[in-house]
Amino acid sequence: MSKELLKGNIAMAEAAVRAGVEAYFGYPITPQTELLEWMSERLPALGRTFLQAESEVAAINMLYGAACTGARVMISSSSPGISLMMEGLSYIAGTEVPVVLIDVMRGGPGLGNIAPSQGDYNQIVHGGGHGDYHPIVLAPSSVQEAIDLTVLAFDLAEKYRSIVFVVADGNIGQMMEPAELPPMRPVRTEYPDWAVRGSMGQARHFLSSIYIEPKDEEVANYRMMQVWKRVQENEIRYQEYYLDDAEITVVGFGTAGRIALSAVRNARLQGVKAGLFRPISLNPFPIDELEKISQHTKKLLVVEMNTGQMLNDVQRAVKGKIPIDFYARLGGIVPFPDEILAEILRINQEEIPLEGDPRQRWMKRFAPVINWKN
Amino acid sequence: MVTTATPVQVVYKRPTSLSDIPTHYCPGCTHGIAHRLIAEVMDEMNIRDKTIGVAPVGCSVFAYNYFTCDFVEAAHGRAPAMATGIKRVLPDRVVFTYQGDGDMASIGMSEIIHAAGRGENLTVIFINNAIYGMTGGQMAPTTLPGQKTTSSPNGRDVETMGFPMKMAELLSQLDGAGYVVRRSLHDPKNIRMAKKAIRLAFETQVHGLGFSMVELLSTCNTNWGISVLESIQWLEDHMIPAYPIGDYKVSPAVANLKV
Repeated sequence: MSKELLKGNIAMAEAAVRAGVEAYFGYPITPQTELLEWMSERLPALGRTFLQAESEVAAINMLYGAACTGARVMISSSSPGISLMMEGLSYIAGTEVPVVLIDVMRGGPGLGNIAPSQGDYNQIVHGGGHGDYHPIVLAPSSVQEAIDLTVLAFDLAEKYRSIVFVVADGNIGQMMEPAELPPMRPVRTEYPDWAVRGSMGQARHFLSSIYIEPKDEEVANYRMMQVWKRVQENEIRYQEYYLDDAEITVVGFGTAGRIALSAVRNARLQGVKAGLFRPISLNPFPIDELEKISQHTKKLLVVEMNTGQMLNDVQRAVKGKIPIDFYARLGGIVPFPDEILAEILRINQEEIPLEGDPRQRWMKRFAPVINWKN
Repeated sequence: MVTTATPVQVVYKRPTSLSDIPTHYCPGCTHGIAHRLIAEVMDEMNIRDKTIGVAPVGCSVFAYNYFTCDFVEAAHGRAPAMATGIKRVLPDRVVFTYQGDGDMASIGMSEIIHAAGRGENLTVIFINNAIYGMTGGQMAPTTLPGQKTTSSPNGRDVETMGFPMKMAELLSQLDGAGYVVRRSLHDPKNIRMAKKAIRLAFETQVHGLGFSMVELLSTCNTNWGISVLESIQWLEDHMIPAYPIGDYKVSPAVANLKV
């Protein structure tokens, strides 16, 4: 295989095709529609299932049905569509069937806009649907990583019978850059024991999220936590840049992390010992790794394209041991590397208090940027 | 005295597609009849082994307990979408949903219309008893004008609560529908007609002739607040005039099926 110039949405779609996806269901929504369009051409040509549903509500329930057959299945959408899928997702979680979802996040809340955002972090990482469940959440910062994580998502989904999200933002979905696609895997011909495919002379199968006796639901919830414990032990993913001697560590995921890397490199050129920690698995979150970093770096700067949703998880890891500052652009605005660089340089000069809310301090600094008048 | 041995002949038995367990339905409820008819059809067509049922939310949420075929349990109203997902991946299996009036005609209206519109090769058994049973007798989309329920205590006022949804009539308008009929479960003659319709609905699917739906007028004596006998009479007196029994869509291809 060689590198090609690929658009993120199409790269993720083709990666799924090559990972052996058997069925895709979706509904058009910007900025992920190219993914659906790609699937509409590729999957029928390969004799696999593509269906444009009447809504995201229907699409997620089609996915649920197809997942119950043990087939490799995927769905994609963008923020408002993902909100509509939360009911079905909760049922999928409760039934413990593997599915892959791609969320190409856009500005919100509400109809918002179609520009890149990271505003769905809490909804996806910390729940969204009702009840107790934990999806695996992976965040790419390049087209290549989007390809690799999409393939990984299918393997993890099946290994843990889990929901796996790939959370890209409009930037990753719409951007074109050179990347290499994986070789085509054959579609599998054997299905797991739990799959509902008609009894075909064997024992009857039944799949459901219903546990009408609370004592049974309690056991089911406990079992799911046992699975989640294994995920936490084995599936933490992150990337470190220039952290060996970093005094200021920037923490950012996805597009924000990628832009922060440019800022970190520029800071290095100016003699500032900056580094970057980029969580790839947002769930499970690399808590222990961040805690270790907080033991040998002096200050943290969390950069996000939301109002500090991951910041809470970083604070949980750092436990108030070192000061944290926060920087964000909101509502579909992508930060420039220079904005983050300015923050790194400021932090390098200023003392940051250990106490107080980094978000509140950022709001004060940020007000002039949007000409906010009190 | 001379005794002659008469050969023993089984004339009535439990279908193998029907589980041998106690029912959770109220005494007098017609869900059990509907279940049995489906199981008899599965037996007769010898399709139990390749049939996947999709249970709804409502009184028949536990429908999966009563059939010996594979089953899944859908979210409220989403059974046609879930069934679509299964059928599209496994087109040679037989997939049916079993849905009540709240499930299908209220919260699941979008999913059922589009499944029919796409001509999904699914069979839908629709239980219309004009009330929400599981939650204790609230107004359903099929509740009749003037009918008292726990959420329309003075009777359904069409000025404020709208009119009943006529699902067989609605779905029959769609080109994707191959077989859409309404039957009733209130007496033996109608029950036999209902069984024939269920058979033809499954045959429609097996022959790939599009969407099929059998609406079954049913009783809910518990939530109607009357006796079993009165509920049968009420169905005949009030539901059949509002929901006429009949064939609403039989595509030419289905009409030509020899069963």
